Amino acid sequence: MILASGLRKSFGSFEAVRGIDVDVRRGESFGFLGPNGAGKSSTMRMVAAVSPVSGGTLRILGLDPATDGPEIRARIGVCPQEDTLDTELTVRDNLVVYGRYFGLPRAEVRERADELLEFVQLTDKAGAKVEDLSGGMKRRLTIARSLVNRPELLLLDEPTTGLDPQARHVVWDRLFRLKQQGVTLVLTTHYMDEAEQLTDRLVVMDKGLIVAEGSPLALIAEHSTREVAELRFGVAEEGESHEVLARKVEDLAERVEVLPDRLLLYTADGEETVAQVHERGLTPVATLVRRSTLEDVFLRLTGRTLVD
Amino acid sequence: MALVSVAVGRSAARPLGAGEATGLLLYRNYLAYRRAWYIFLTGFLEPVFYLFSIGVGVGQLVTGFEFNGHEIPYAEFVAPGMLATSAMNGAVLDATFNFFFKLKYNKLFDQLLATPLTTADIARGELSWSLLRGGIYSAGFLVVMVAMGLASSWWALLAVPAALLIGLCFGALGMALTTYMRSWQDFEWVNLAMMPMFLFSATFFPLSAYPTGVAWVVEATPLYRGVVLCRELTTGTLSWASAVSVVYLVVLGAVGLALVRRRLDALLLT
Amino acid sequence: MTGTAPTNPFAGAARLTDYWATVYRRTWKGSAVSSFVSPLFYVVAMGVLLGGFIDADPDRLEGATSYLAFIAPGLLASQAMTTVFGETTYPVMSMVKWQRTYYSMTASPLSVGEVILSQLGFVVVRVAMSCGVFLLVMAPFGVFTSWTGALAAFPVQLLLALAFATPVLGLSAGLKDESPFALIYRLGLIPLFLFSGAFFPVANLDGWMQVLAKATPLWHGVDLTRMLTLGRLDWSMAAVHVLYLVALAALGWCWAVRRLTRRMVL
Repeated sequence: MILASGLRKSFGSFEAVRGIDVDVRRGESFGFLGPNGAGKSSTMRMVAAVSPVSGGTLRILGLDPATDGPEIRARIGVCPQEDTLDTELTVRDNLVVYGRYFGLPRAEVRERADELLEFVQLTDKAGAKVEDLSGGMKRRLTIARSLVNRPELLLLDEPTTGLDPQARHVVWDRLFRLKQQGVTLVLTTHYMDEAEQLTDRLVVMDKGLIVAEGSPLALIAEHSTREVAELRFGVAEEGESHEVLARKVEDLAERVEVLPDRLLLYTADGEETVAQVHERGLTPVATLVRRSTLEDVFLRLTGRTLVD
Repeated sequence: MALVSVAVGRSAARPLGAGEATGLLLYRNYLAYRRAWYIFLTGFLEPVFYLFSIGVGVGQLVTGFEFNGHEIPYAEFVAPGMLATSAMNGAVLDATFNFFFKLKYNKLFDQLLATPLTTADIARGELSWSLLRGGIYSAGFLVVMVAMGLASSWWALLAVPAALLIGLCFGALGMALTTYMRSWQDFEWVNLAMMPMFLFSATFFPLSAYPTGVAWVVEATPLYRGVVLCRELTTGTLSWASAVSVVYLVVLGAVGLALVRRRLDALLLT
Repeated sequence: MTGTAPTNPFAGAARLTDYWATVYRRTWKGSAVSSFVSPLFYVVAMGVLLGGFIDADPDRLEGATSYLAFIAPGLLASQAMTTVFGETTYPVMSMVKWQRTYYSMTASPLSVGEVILSQLGFVVVRVAMSCGVFLLVMAPFGVFTSWTGALAAFPVQLLLALAFATPVLGLSAGLKDESPFALIYRLGLIPLFLFSGAFFPVANLDGWMQVLAKATPLWHGVDLTRMLTLGRLDWSMAAVHVLYLVALAALGWCWAVRRLTRRMVL
């Protein structure tokens, strides 16, 4: 579906994407994970055939975006990072008019619009103005719109960024259904839980490069431990910096990460490690034991957190 | 429910032809303006008000003017000027404020480019819309002129296409300029350019009011060409200068349209 | 030190001086064209150039000895009106809906009335500046018969400004969105500008049109201004004009305060 090799994108002297290789196969759900500015959106815009490639090769559905832009765009669906809904039209007209841009017959688009409104649970909002919708509803409408041409490939750029937790789950549910129907999904996200739930395979991007690739579970297994113990210290220990504290416990875990507000101890058994910390006379005000996530993978690979 | 598989008998999405794309963008704008029909309708009134106030009201104080060798009443002199300026105003309004809104705020063009449409489709579609709107206004205004006995020749019928030409020229140039604008404050410059053109392009008084050097400058402005062209048509006094005006407006419009396309490519396809 | 409630409405309104000064510093450049350049263009185009084709017959120009002298007071009053519309339509919508500045202002010890009072103060200052410049620029054209007349015409513009500002502000304060503004301009401002005696004597209008024109606040403002700049003051008529404008400003004030209060409370 997507084949990129040595793909680059630069804006003036700034290189947003610095040579990446990607191969997305039909029916797969593929993710780009990385912090803001990693080059995810630039990659997505090139794949959507609206941003000229600066270097390397890119084929979408076997076509070259430089020469076959309209053909490619006719066969893919795009859900951009910022909603580009037509605020001057009603909810239903947004779908109908958009569908017509794909050269589809009017009667068919109307039927399709009703079907999609049903799918994203907006049927009772069909006649509403776009500006009266909540953030989550707008996002669902954008997703519905991206499906209007029955795309072979669906591109989702940060599908749930800026939504409250409840609205995010509704969107995830809809995307999961699409995945089950066999739609090829490509999404970018800086939420590791989103990547874990929705993607079969993902690449971790940082500063325009791919730093790791694999399934979420494989990446965690490869780059992290089974569990993590998070330790928070109170003002009493202020005298001692986190670095000093870290040195006191570093032999208890495979790896210790120092964050501004807490220490992360990577270990196979978190409870056990916390107990050992207490035995050393250290008294964190709060402790948390959890499973490793892609966040930890990212921290390991880049030394930075995903969401800052 | 299979949402994405192409069922039997379903049409496949495909790129659109230029005419089809333009038609769709016109339809989109029609839907958007349908609710604000009164804004569309009242846009027609402004030149009519000016015609009644300046042409008729002030006209009572003015004795007739000579135009291309004919003595004509003042209202007959002002009316084609209002026809031309309203074509300019309508086109510029759409090409600047509304175009800027779609470009920067509504993100309409980003949306359109996610579909098989191209920047050329957008430029053509938007310009066609403002021409359609301008054409309706001009035709309406011409009806008012005829009803008031201010059109003395069958040539006047061609004043509508002439107004479209003015709309094409100003619409294309306006859109091109708008692609360079950064904020709403920049539109003050649009007003600064439109106001003197409206007042000084031989709309309310003949060129003879100016000293020679100034007259040359005025003659080179696009609105002046449009005003004189309309006036020649409604009074039935065509000359070679009419052909010059037509060519001048077409060339400016074509240059503007090409520039719009280039700028949209630069702004949207990054 | 904690805040205190203002002792009287003017003291309350005065607390917003810094706010309006900031607004002015941010916007004066953008408004320079509409407040200084455009009236000057009208004077040159209509008064000087078109005026060259008009017989200077005082009997047909309400006593003016040139078309320029006739149109100058009309354009002055129109300028006051236009400035008011500019300040009391979109900016009011912004303060009540987009930026919700009114809400933050009235969350302080200030009342709705004090907020409106301060805004009217700002509008009057804007009108004073643009009309003041207009008067200074017009003086060398010899369109004023006496200095006293021209000076007296100045406060008339401020009164006219208030007569427009209070009702338009009240109207804007109650609107749900900005779309009616296009109508207010096209069906309100522009016909007022064109048919209220600024460009030609209202006597040239037919029967009922003339009655209608004489009922508009702009005509009262234009006629009063013209009497003063042409030095042909009719005291009884002038009194009618002043009374009309004062009454309109007062009624508009009550309406504006009521409408904005209701909008903010609901």
